[in-house]
Amino acid sequence: MTGSETSKPKSFQEIILRLQNYWSSRGCAILQPYDMEVGAGTFHPATTLRALGSNHWAAAYVQPSRRPTDGRYGENPNRLQHYYQYQVLIKPSPPDLQDLYLGSLQAIGIDAEIHDIRFVEDDWESPTLGAWGLGWEVWCDGMEVSQFTYFQQVGGHDCKPVSGELTYGLERLAIYILGVDHVMDMPFNDPQSPIPLSYGDVFKQTEQEYSRWNFDVADTDTLLQHFKDAEAECQRILDAPSEDPKTGKRIIMAHPAYDQCIKASHVFNLLDARGVISVTERQAYIGRVRALAKLCADAFVQTEAGGQAA
Amino acid sequence: MPDLLIELFSEEIPARMQRKAADDLRKMVTDGLVEAGLTYGGAAAFATPRRLTLAIDGLLAEAPRTVEERKGPRVDAPEKALEGFLRGVGLTRDDLEVRDDKKGQVYFAKIVQEGRPAAGIIAEVLDSTIRNFPWPKSMRWGTGSLKWVRPLHAILTILSDEAGAVIVPFEVDGITAGDTTFGHRFMAPAQFAVTDFEDYEAKLKRAHVVLRSDERAEQIWNDAEQIAFAQGLELVEDKALLAEVSGLVEWPVVLMGEIGADFLELPPEVLQTSMREHQKFFSVRNPKTARIEKYVTVANRETADNGATILAGNSKVLAARLSDAKFFWENDLRVAKDGMEAWVDKLGNVTFHNKLGTQKERIDRIAALAREIAPKVGADPDLAEKAARIAKADLSSEMVYEFPELQGVMGKYYAKASGLPDAVADVAELHYAPLGPSDDVPSEPLSVAVALADKIDTLTGFWAIDEKPTGSKDPFALRRAALGVIRIVLENDIRMSAADGDLLAFIHDRLKVYLRDQGVRHDVIDASIAMPGSDDLTLLVKRTRALQDFLDTEDGENLLQGFKRANNILAAEEKKDGIEYSLDPDPKFAEEASEKALFAALDKAQPDISKAVSDEDFAKAMGVMASLRAPIDAFFEAVQVNTKNDVVRRNRLCLLNRIRTVMNSVAAFSALDG
Repeated sequence: MTGSETSKPKSFQEIILRLQNYWSSRGCAILQPYDMEVGAGTFHPATTLRALGSNHWAAAYVQPSRRPTDGRYGENPNRLQHYYQYQVLIKPSPPDLQDLYLGSLQAIGIDAEIHDIRFVEDDWESPTLGAWGLGWEVWCDGMEVSQFTYFQQVGGHDCKPVSGELTYGLERLAIYILGVDHVMDMPFNDPQSPIPLSYGDVFKQTEQEYSRWNFDVADTDTLLQHFKDAEAECQRILDAPSEDPKTGKRIIMAHPAYDQCIKASHVFNLLDARGVISVTERQAYIGRVRALAKLCADAFVQTEAGGQAA
Repeated sequence: MPDLLIELFSEEIPARMQRKAADDLRKMVTDGLVEAGLTYGGAAAFATPRRLTLAIDGLLAEAPRTVEERKGPRVDAPEKALEGFLRGVGLTRDDLEVRDDKKGQVYFAKIVQEGRPAAGIIAEVLDSTIRNFPWPKSMRWGTGSLKWVRPLHAILTILSDEAGAVIVPFEVDGITAGDTTFGHRFMAPAQFAVTDFEDYEAKLKRAHVVLRSDERAEQIWNDAEQIAFAQGLELVEDKALLAEVSGLVEWPVVLMGEIGADFLELPPEVLQTSMREHQKFFSVRNPKTARIEKYVTVANRETADNGATILAGNSKVLAARLSDAKFFWENDLRVAKDGMEAWVDKLGNVTFHNKLGTQKERIDRIAALAREIAPKVGADPDLAEKAARIAKADLSSEMVYEFPELQGVMGKYYAKASGLPDAVADVAELHYAPLGPSDDVPSEPLSVAVALADKIDTLTGFWAIDEKPTGSKDPFALRRAALGVIRIVLENDIRMSAADGDLLAFIHDRLKVYLRDQGVRHDVIDASIAMPGSDDLTLLVKRTRALQDFLDTEDGENLLQGFKRANNILAAEEKKDGIEYSLDPDPKFAEEASEKALFAALDKAQPDISKAVSDEDFAKAMGVMASLRAPIDAFFEAVQVNTKNDVVRRNRLCLLNRIRTVMNSVAAFSALDG
């Protein structure tokens, strides 16, 4: 560990950059965020789909995530409808994954010599993805700083080999490391920069705008139609014959179909925030998204990236 | 004889699973060893967050040679039978011996199990233990196929005696057993070798690992009490939390921190719940004010700054959590002060059960029922209905949404804040009682009325939609609801009909379980259940207890025998003659002195018994019945019922029937076991 790595980061972006450097130096492909609205980093196909099949994989990335119901108009100290997750997925999970993870904490300024770091049971389950795994939430001095999961099943398929997944809630982690009380007060770039920007400078206004839209303005009829369209398109894509008549090649369109699944999931979250989904309907919607996720997983494992011989 | 030490070293084992896992390890391994002929002196198992350990002392160095003889089929039995026998014993026909038996010539097999050194047996037993371990949930990792609760990293297996320690050769899924382990994850992560259990435990302690969970728990509790006491405060007892926390650390370090002044006004239940559920903190109370003022957290390490950084972090997380709680509390108080009806209306959108409507509809039913029950329990009907209406209103509050376990408690605070009298507000908390068999039962009339209405509504509702408990499945906790009804009715001496039909039978079943635990015989309860008015549980139990007391006396025991005798004779003769001897017997046909005396005794006792029964004074009724014991005994002693004179015989049978009728008017004696 070099001196600069163990020193305290000065800004939100420095924490992200250090994580990027750390996982890059540990051999992960540093991917970019997925270009769609998702509820969590897990939805990125680099996690959901790549956790399937036998091919080895190691990727890390930041994923902007949206949870419309968590909108608080930028007032709550750490609740946001748009936030960042840092996601690491390594398949097969290496035997020293816990140590690798602890190294990443060291890299962002959490020194295990003076902090109390604990692995507290927390089993992960995503009913919308038909996925589950066992692991922990990682506590630092009583605060949850990451989720650590060994994937057992995704889209109804057993994970063989097993992937190790790490998810860092970046804002919460940064608030803690940077010692600020409110997310909006957190320095986004170096406070010594010619133009210092806080998290609030970047996101306060958008939190207000989206909170209003999510809760009160989004047109529910349009959203309901979007949900149905995405569901139908997902099915239609997967129903296409695997041989492409134009190229004569076998092209199973698992990713385009999965995009529609992501879309349906996000539209469902928006409908939920608009309060138009009753308790009983909720389960039915989640079931519909899960059905799509399963179909996409079924398709992906038929592809080369999904471990099928070319 | 050597000692065996096994350690299974893994990533962090969930705290709630550790104790049972240690027990399972001990049981599975020792069972396997004994099964293979390896007996031992003693065995003890231990668990920390990262290891399961088993220490067995005085193990046999090898399993002794055993010879077992097994008898096979007869020599002339079909070939198939012989083949099956050979397969079973794993021998060929040449190995068998033919001997003469009572039934002819029979094959005998001699199965010889040669002595085996312990190591091979241990390896087999351990392999099967690891592969079949009953974790509540287990997982795979990496490319392996082995399942464990979390990735298993290392196995230590040594046999040690005076000569030293040897590793038991063993390998599972690429993990090779050795004689080494690791210390505390952060304070002493290095690998080290051990020679026996004593050495293991001592070296672990030097490496900042306390092996024994009870030692960790004791240390946490003592340190925490002391640190609180030093500041004139006291620790709030929480055994479940103590057990959990001692499963989260290998090297417990107790730290006490401050709760921000802003939060000290929150109800103590809120502070305690938030701290326990979210942070696993113990609450520290000021004994003078009964207020919770500080917290105790248990870290897993010592630090150069004596925990200052850890404590600062924990306090900050707590402040964020309690800001949420305070936010909920203040929002809720605003709603409550405008009356709680808005919350009840909101429950109109919350489904209780899809066949039983919304929570609001349920509350309406409970309120109506509480009003009906009120006069029977000495409560004001208007107040009971009012109390029932707001008792569950807090289910709409933000605090209960966040902490469901605070339902009722919050309702009480909010009802008080809304200006309702304490007796009504208390109902919100007390109407859920009793929650467990040892939980207190409400005694305040309003709470009694609503608690009964709540439970009876639940029972009748789920009965109506045919969602009854079956076997071990009772998803709606209906057994608990029935026991609640029973205890509230009995402990408050309430006179009312609890239920009817099939539901009453279910409640009677729960009552039997409840009374059996108090030493009341099953058949004694049946004898009371068979009587009219058994839907009135207080009456039923009064009769049961009087009957049980009576049967415990010599008179009672004897009278029961007399009843049985009378009943048996009657039953036999009625069956034979095809008629019922139910006419009044006439004393003028009485021939014997003892027969006449019995008439006189019955004439004297019968009105007293009737009166006592109608007064529900069953003890008295039994007491009067006791006076019949001697005349009945004397009657059977001197009189032959089946005499040749048919008139006398019929009269005697009718007399027996009179005994039966009189006794059955107190309790169904025919239901009692001889």
